Amino acid sequence: MEAFAYVAPSSIDEAVAELARHAKKGHRTQVLAGGTDLLVQMRGADIEPRILVDIKNVAETNRLHLGNNEIFIGAAIPSAVLNENAELVELLPGLLEAADLIGSTQIQGRATLGGNLCNASPAGDTIPAMIAVGVSCVIAGGKGQREMPVEKFVVGVGRNALEAGEFLVGLKIPRPKSRAADAYLRFTPRTEMDIAVAGCGVSVTLDAKGLCKEARVAIGAVAPTAILVPAAANALIGTTLDDAALAAAAAACSDAASPITDKRGTIDFRRKVVGVLCRRATAIARDRALARKVLGV
Amino acid sequence: MSESIDYKLVGTSPVRPDGVDKVTGRAQYGADLNLPNQIHGKVLRSPHAHARIKRIDTSRATAMPGVYAVITGEDFPPPPEHGDVGGEAGGSIGDHARNIMARDKALYHGHAVAAVAARSLRIADEALAAIEVEYEVLEPVLDLDAAMAPGAPLLDENCFTKNLPEKSDKPSNIAEVMLLSRGDVDKGFEEADVIVEGEYRIPMAHQGYIEPHACIANTNEAGQSTVWCCTQAHFDFRAITAKVLNMNVADLKFIASEIGGGFGGKTVVYLEPLAVLLSRKARRPVKMKMTREEVFRATGPTSGTHCKIKVGAKKDGTLTAATAWMAYEAGAYAGAPMGPGALTVFVPYHLENFKVEGYEVLVNKPKVGAYRAPGAPQSMHAMESAIDDLARELNMDPLDLRLKNAAEEGTRASYGPKFPVIGLKECLRAAKAHPNYTRALPEGAGRGVAVGFWFNFGLQSSAEVHVNENGTVTVVEGNPDIGGSRASMCIMAAETLGVPYESVRTLIGDTESTGFSNSTGGSRTTFATGMAVVRACEDIIAQCRARAAVTWGIDEDQVLWVDGQAIPASGVNDELKPLSLADIAENAAKTGGPLLSRASLTAKGAGPSFSVNIADLQVDRDTGKIDVLAFTAIQDAGRAIHKAYVEGQLQGGAAQGLGWALNEEYIYNADGIMENAGFLDYRMPVASDLPMIDTQIVEVPNPRHPYGVRGVGETPIVAPLAAAANAVRDAIGIRIHDLPLSPPRVLAALDAAAD
Ligand SMILES: Cc1cc2nc3c(=O)[nH]c(=O)nc-3n(C[C@H](O)[C@H](O)[C@H](O)COP(=O)(O)OP(=O)(O)OC[C@H]3O[C@@H](n4cnc5c(N)ncnc54)[C@H](O)[C@@H]3O)c2cc1C
Repeated sequence: MEAFAYVAPSSIDEAVAELARHAKKGHRTQVLAGGTDLLVQMRGADIEPRILVDIKNVAETNRLHLGNNEIFIGAAIPSAVLNENAELVELLPGLLEAADLIGSTQIQGRATLGGNLCNASPAGDTIPAMIAVGVSCVIAGGKGQREMPVEKFVVGVGRNALEAGEFLVGLKIPRPKSRAADAYLRFTPRTEMDIAVAGCGVSVTLDAKGLCKEARVAIGAVAPTAILVPAAANALIGTTLDDAALAAAAAACSDAASPITDKRGTIDFRRKVVGVLCRRATAIARDRALARKVLGV
Repeated sequence: MSESIDYKLVGTSPVRPDGVDKVTGRAQYGADLNLPNQIHGKVLRSPHAHARIKRIDTSRATAMPGVYAVITGEDFPPPPEHGDVGGEAGGSIGDHARNIMARDKALYHGHAVAAVAARSLRIADEALAAIEVEYEVLEPVLDLDAAMAPGAPLLDENCFTKNLPEKSDKPSNIAEVMLLSRGDVDKGFEEADVIVEGEYRIPMAHQGYIEPHACIANTNEAGQSTVWCCTQAHFDFRAITAKVLNMNVADLKFIASEIGGGFGGKTVVYLEPLAVLLSRKARRPVKMKMTREEVFRATGPTSGTHCKIKVGAKKDGTLTAATAWMAYEAGAYAGAPMGPGALTVFVPYHLENFKVEGYEVLVNKPKVGAYRAPGAPQSMHAMESAIDDLARELNMDPLDLRLKNAAEEGTRASYGPKFPVIGLKECLRAAKAHPNYTRALPEGAGRGVAVGFWFNFGLQSSAEVHVNENGTVTVVEGNPDIGGSRASMCIMAAETLGVPYESVRTLIGDTESTGFSNSTGGSRTTFATGMAVVRACEDIIAQCRARAAVTWGIDEDQVLWVDGQAIPASGVNDELKPLSLADIAENAAKTGGPLLSRASLTAKGAGPSFSVNIADLQVDRDTGKIDVLAFTAIQDAGRAIHKAYVEGQLQGGAAQGLGWALNEEYIYNADGIMENAGFLDYRMPVASDLPMIDTQIVEVPNPRHPYGVRGVGETPIVAPLAAAANAVRDAIGIRIHDLPLSPPRVLAALDAAAD
């Protein structure tokens, strides 16, 4: 790990100003949240010096708000803190499950959803879960704030849509209605301390008769970025989420996947398994939605 | 089963004497020592799997500020032409020298081609980047079939296959063959009612010790060096370093640090000669430590293998004949554990007719090193899978089939001699009687059993015993403590002397302060070094009796040693008060001076150790993922000195064996570059992947050891491979011959069977 400069601004404006100042000087600048990706990278191959802008002192990035219509999760809140919030876990079990899969207890003491998203790994666990629940990314920069649907945020392997001088402030999520729920499953050969070979996030909203009104299905680790699979959602909407619907959604996920063969799995294996995950995650989301009569307002 | 002998301490599980320092972080491991003025050594490694080194230009690196020394193969004396490296890390010393630093050829991706020592790691890295190496890239030879094929590119033009019936004059990648046979296999197969055959492949796997190799060398102006390092064998390291650098062993002092795992892998020398040479040039202490990536790419995993087995049996299960063909990857230089693989393949069974053909093959991968029971897990995986298939064909319980054919005392072992007292049948019976063998399995799960074995070794050991002035005892011996051996030495010393465990401390001497000992390897330490400790304690007892005789003014043969005290022989001098070890020590000045003893030996009579494992696995039929539901490791320990540490050996071996069976493998690309050189993708199991491993220690004492010890360190890794494979066979009804049983392989097999 090489020498670097470190700044810890205490407001959004200050952070934006720091990012702009260094960008102007042509310094290599990186935002630091939990550091569980960044520090590993700095100790590994990428040893060139950089300036770290730590966003953990910014109030807004630590804000957690469970509103009547909307939930806000600050970009710098560690996964462990989120999972200690019983109401949040009750509202978004799938997203929180994904956050709970990151590394180990120690890692989760630092790892953030924002970092997982910005790091833009094809295998990042919370990204498909975020896509499934319709996260909107709140971005701050020199020109003020903007919002962007999460499925547009990751643009390639390790690349996100942030422009120079911008950073992610937090995530906005529509508060799930009654009879709505999400789920996330990943496949890893080990039980933990592993990286997803395939992942699938699903959210479903049922009507009073148990028919699926809305659905979002997203898959991870089987393409350069996590992707929304509208065909899978369409296979679910209007059904009771019976076996046939689940099988159709699974097939749609397998079709949408464009995996590679590598040390972690073959193309065939990943295609097949992502479908299995879709089937199983949808069943979990369905059962949760059925169990959840009245939620929210 | 076990003789009832009333031991006070043998078989208990006291707290280890080195425990507090280890759990509080005070213990010093390989990379923990820092010396004033130390600089940092780093290795330049070949980016090619197979290349001729045409030219190395170090001038730019040497001229860089902050760089103190740069070395290449040219700085070494020519590799010794004679001599082998003993122990379980095989091969010639010359090849070890070439492995430590490439000379004219780089034979694997990661092979050391130069090294630097610099003020900081950053400068060292920059200096490495400034070294220019001109390579002539050659076609790599990456698998056994390709390497053995006629016309394959050669790793070594001077390699002529050893042990061929007729001496070969054509160079080959086949370094050595081994042929074993007994009886008439054709006749045996004719007599068989059932014959099973199978062909099994297993890729290279690494020991995966948590602590990477590290050392620090300090050389003075007289050319004398002191080396601190993490090693299983500081005396062997001294010997090899001396030979590789053409030094006098008396000019080298090796001090073993605490060790964070070795499993055989730290019996092999990599960094130490480099650090000595760099520090000689730089005139400063040079510290070197490998990264995890270097450990994977450039230290010795165990062989990838290809085995073919054929076994025949009569309807009643009697084995009539068996043949085995096996090829072991040696990596870049000869020294693969093909020999032990061939010698163990049929070892559990009474077999009149068999034939074994073994090949050791050079490939452009790292030179393999010892890994627990080197060679046996692979060949016995093949045989124990075939025996499982045979039991199914015969409709016999797999333990009954094994019991019917099991070797026992007097059986002529497939490797030659007649077995002494062994505990295979006892282990098989214990498995049959174990509740875990008959417990109902959950829906879709499978159960597999397999037998494991290791010879165990004796070799040389030394020990000294000092009695302090208050009667406490210091044991000094020369075997780095990997698995709790200090505690076992303390138990054996305390039991022999008749004193409390807490009054004995054991320390590991460096190469100048204690007598020679071979490695902590071959499952020999508790057996051989323990024997030396017991003998030295018996000498202390003899001295104590003499001192008591002087004190009492009676004849020595009138003094007995009972329960840690000298007592007068009954009837004659009943009025004399017994003298404890403390009494005698306090009075030592008047009776002849301090109490001190030593023993050194080449231990004979190591007791072979058999095991039986029971694995319960669940297979996810949609994803191919395997969960380990339960695992039971049963093993003959001879006698367990420290019970919990014997259980720990059984559990650790099971964990490693299961990792090897289920997910671990070296994955290479077409250029011979390992693609998973890190723990993320080299998937050893984590704690949550495994259930609590149940253990049962069987005790069939080894009559050649004062407390009946057999070695226990290596056998535990042998059986899990086949036990797991057999459990998968039981669960899904499909025999998957190759390992690891990773989800993609299992799912592909399920899919193929469904088609
Ligand atoms: C042992 C271990 C196990 C792991 N296991 C998993 C796992 O199972 N699943 C998984 O998905 N990941 C895993 N990870 C990766 C990592 O922990 C997660 O990606 C984590 O969520 C990253 O969050 P962080 O806050 O630590 O990010 P950081 O390391 O701080 O940042 C990651 C990247 O995002 C950028 N960044 C962070 N926050 C912002 C922001 N607000 N605005 C702009 N850019 C930002 C940083 O500049 C950096 O490039 C593991 C890591 C380790 C070390």
